[in-house]
Amino acid sequence: MEKLLCELHNPGSGTSYVPEPDVPSPSVEEILTEDLLRRSALDLPEAPEAEVVRHFTRLSSLNYHVERGMYPLGSCTMKYNPKINEEMAALDGFAGLHPHAPEPECRGALELMLGLESLLKEISGMDRVTLQPAAGAQGELTGLMMIRAYHTNRGEDRRKILIPDSAHGTNPASAALSGCTAVPVPSGADGKVDLNALRDRLDGECAAVMLTNPNTLGLFETEVREVSKAAHEAGALMYLDGANLNAVVGMARPREMGFDVVHFNLHKTFSSPHGGGGPGSGPVGVVAELEPFLPVPVLERAEDGRPFWDVDRPRSVGRVHAFYGNFAVMLRAYCYIRTLGAEGLEEVCKRALLNARYLLARLKDTFELPYDSHCLHEFVLSGSRQKAKGVRTLDMGKRLLDYGLHAPTVYFPLIVPEALMIEPTETESKAELDRFADAMLSVAKEAEENPERVKLAPHNTPVRRLDEARAARQLKVCWDWQTEPENS
Amino acid sequence: MLKVVGIGKIEDLLREIPEDLLRDESLDLPAPMSEFELSSHMKDLAASNTGAAKGGPFLGGGAYDHYIPSAVRQIVSRSEFLTAYTPYQPEVSQGTLQAAFEYQSMVCALTGLEVSNASLYDGASASAEAVLMARAIADRPDVVVGGTLQPAYKEVLDTYLKYSGAEVKEASAADGRVKPEDWKKLVTPRTAAVVIQSPNMFGLIENVTPAVEAAKQAGALTVMVCDLLSLSLLRSPAEWGADIAVGEGQSVGSALSFGGPYLGFIATKRSFIRKMPGRIVAETSDADGRRGFVMTLQTREQHIRRERATSNICTNQGLNALAAAVHIGLLGPRGLRRAAEGCVRNARYAAEEISKVPGFKTEFDGPFFREFAVRTPIPPAELNRRLAERGMLGGLDLGRWDDSLGGLWLVCVTEKRRKAEIDEFVQAVRECCE
Repeated sequence: MEKLLCELHNPGSGTSYVPEPDVPSPSVEEILTEDLLRRSALDLPEAPEAEVVRHFTRLSSLNYHVERGMYPLGSCTMKYNPKINEEMAALDGFAGLHPHAPEPECRGALELMLGLESLLKEISGMDRVTLQPAAGAQGELTGLMMIRAYHTNRGEDRRKILIPDSAHGTNPASAALSGCTAVPVPSGADGKVDLNALRDRLDGECAAVMLTNPNTLGLFETEVREVSKAAHEAGALMYLDGANLNAVVGMARPREMGFDVVHFNLHKTFSSPHGGGGPGSGPVGVVAELEPFLPVPVLERAEDGRPFWDVDRPRSVGRVHAFYGNFAVMLRAYCYIRTLGAEGLEEVCKRALLNARYLLARLKDTFELPYDSHCLHEFVLSGSRQKAKGVRTLDMGKRLLDYGLHAPTVYFPLIVPEALMIEPTETESKAELDRFADAMLSVAKEAEENPERVKLAPHNTPVRRLDEARAARQLKVCWDWQTEPENS
Repeated sequence: MLKVVGIGKIEDLLREIPEDLLRDESLDLPAPMSEFELSSHMKDLAASNTGAAKGGPFLGGGAYDHYIPSAVRQIVSRSEFLTAYTPYQPEVSQGTLQAAFEYQSMVCALTGLEVSNASLYDGASASAEAVLMARAIADRPDVVVGGTLQPAYKEVLDTYLKYSGAEVKEASAADGRVKPEDWKKLVTPRTAAVVIQSPNMFGLIENVTPAVEAAKQAGALTVMVCDLLSLSLLRSPAEWGADIAVGEGQSVGSALSFGGPYLGFIATKRSFIRKMPGRIVAETSDADGRRGFVMTLQTREQHIRRERATSNICTNQGLNALAAAVHIGLLGPRGLRRAAEGCVRNARYAAEEISKVPGFKTEFDGPFFREFAVRTPIPPAELNRRLAERGMLGGLDLGRWDDSLGGLWLVCVTEKRRKAEIDEFVQAVRECCE
């Protein structure tokens, strides 16, 4: 167990990283009146750099991470994060660039952003792309707001968003945040969206149909163009949650599928590291009809070739970020796409599909496969057979941790009981895939022969199973610590 | 592998996609690049960001050039932190989770409030989320926003509230700060929250008390938008009586990076914890009684509550929160205070010296933290252009924010600027206007 940083507190032991100011100004107590100054103690620990570095280094060793092994997490696309991208993001010309630098002084950054927009346009078939949203969910919000603006602009107040019941939770949450109502659409027996159920729900109040394609079961919505036709006939727009773009990138495009709006997750398909929970980036691509509603400012190229920020956008939905979005994440995605080119992306797609189908072939006889269709880059199994013996998916996920692997996504999508959603991505070798498959089979066997071992897992991790109920009861969300008053 | 799958060639896997959706031709993208070629290309782009190499910058306006110790980058670029997933399996994510808990604790220490979350996207969206939270807590629709809130923050707030039915009124400013009497005039029984930023868009330190009093009287909440570094020196949101503190944490550990990724923080009273958006990390114990950390109250979040979630946020700014924890850990209370004091004293000196240049005058009278607005004898954009020719990045032309602010120049001086550098800058300004 690693101590908390406050437990390393040693008054006076800190490091000075900058000299004292050398200007002939009075002291702050003379510059600022007392009522503006902090009076209460600042309860933060002091420790020498070596101790602080050791502390965080030891903490880091408690983490599983993608450079240690595979994360078979469905819809997360935990692929390898190229190191050159990190080095490029750290170049002082990017890391040290102030966002308010005048346009002539930040030409490289603006060219990169225009370049990324161009690449994402080609990949998706969309007419314009905004890079401003800071994550996929914020992209969803931005996209839905643009859709609402589109309808309002045409004199219609449409507020219903049709969303399959297999959708990621951010979809209905984003719908609610944009002042809409999420209307769930059931999936058919084949796991795909039920076209008739969808048609029944399409009316003059529908603003959009929000799909993931392939869906969260890893199945391609083969009737997507029929859905698009029906939606457009009802006056609604088509939104693509691009979280699963890894399954089609380079081979098929959202535009041809009939989508009007698509968000990208640069920290998924486009290789930016996950960071333990961000930062991500969620650009949104739109068809030309929605261009007037793009968030402001819009990056344009003047006639003389110079990039500039266009703020004269009277119908824009507004801003969603104080600056231009998560630039350093965009940079990594730009590097990734420029490295791969079209052929490279096609290879990514094909390899992602092959790796998923290989795992499916190895696992489908041992675990329940609820939808007997052919998956693309991910698939969903059910732990229902093992549940019948008293071992839940939750337990099997924990037991996998003992094998030095990360568990798949569990209990999602909601339409599959005891769900295990598995997406290997293209950067896993056959050896790593086999390691995972062997571990899954071993755990399934243990569920039969030694269920207690699974139910009490994990055994070999830095901590054993953690008491989440206790956490929610106590709600201890910060340390209980104060500095001693000086001169005591 | 193909044999195990039962297909002849890899392309067979694409049969799941309708044939006429599959492209005949490759995408029209630039040819692939080797790592070496990419590196050259990126270095060219970086080199044309001439603003990064210029002296200063004396630029602020929501993003600040503070000194970040080397160790922050070292820790944050460790792959154990950088390439880890969201800690949904806490037993193998204690590094991420404990660091997040420590970050939350530090935000509470700085703001003086009782609970914090594990990050939001940036100061602007955090401000918007705080207003949504206040509306939910007070069960009221309207907001009164101080007229000195950073324009970009106001715009983001307007976007988030666009379809909410909220009426947003603005308390006007006089001499760069919100008019104290305006709060009472505008707050009604339908007001969920007042929103006040300090240091404000002009760098001035506000008197938050009138806002808090007006809010309390009407049963509304006070949202204070602030800056984490400044709280090591300035009166904290808790001391002012604010209910929710939000703002930008870029000033503690995140590089300028052309505007992102940055760090939105939020802190509030314990009684409001269930209405707080985003991920929250809490302490607990494992099956052997060892201390450990987990994400908690996930029933607020989108993956469980879906359309009834407190927010839609999923991926946040985890690595930037880690950077903040390391940065604050390295600097400690003394280091943070030294940086903050450096800002106040350097900015004060620079303001005095600039005011001695013919035609220049600081616009507002009040005390400021690290930036101040100056009225310039020539248009700020022209002044900046001339300074750029001399290899310097000047202040922010506030006319870019709003026409009514034309002729105002926002100069920022952090703890990184030395006297000689400031003197050189002032001399350059003088020469540019001769």
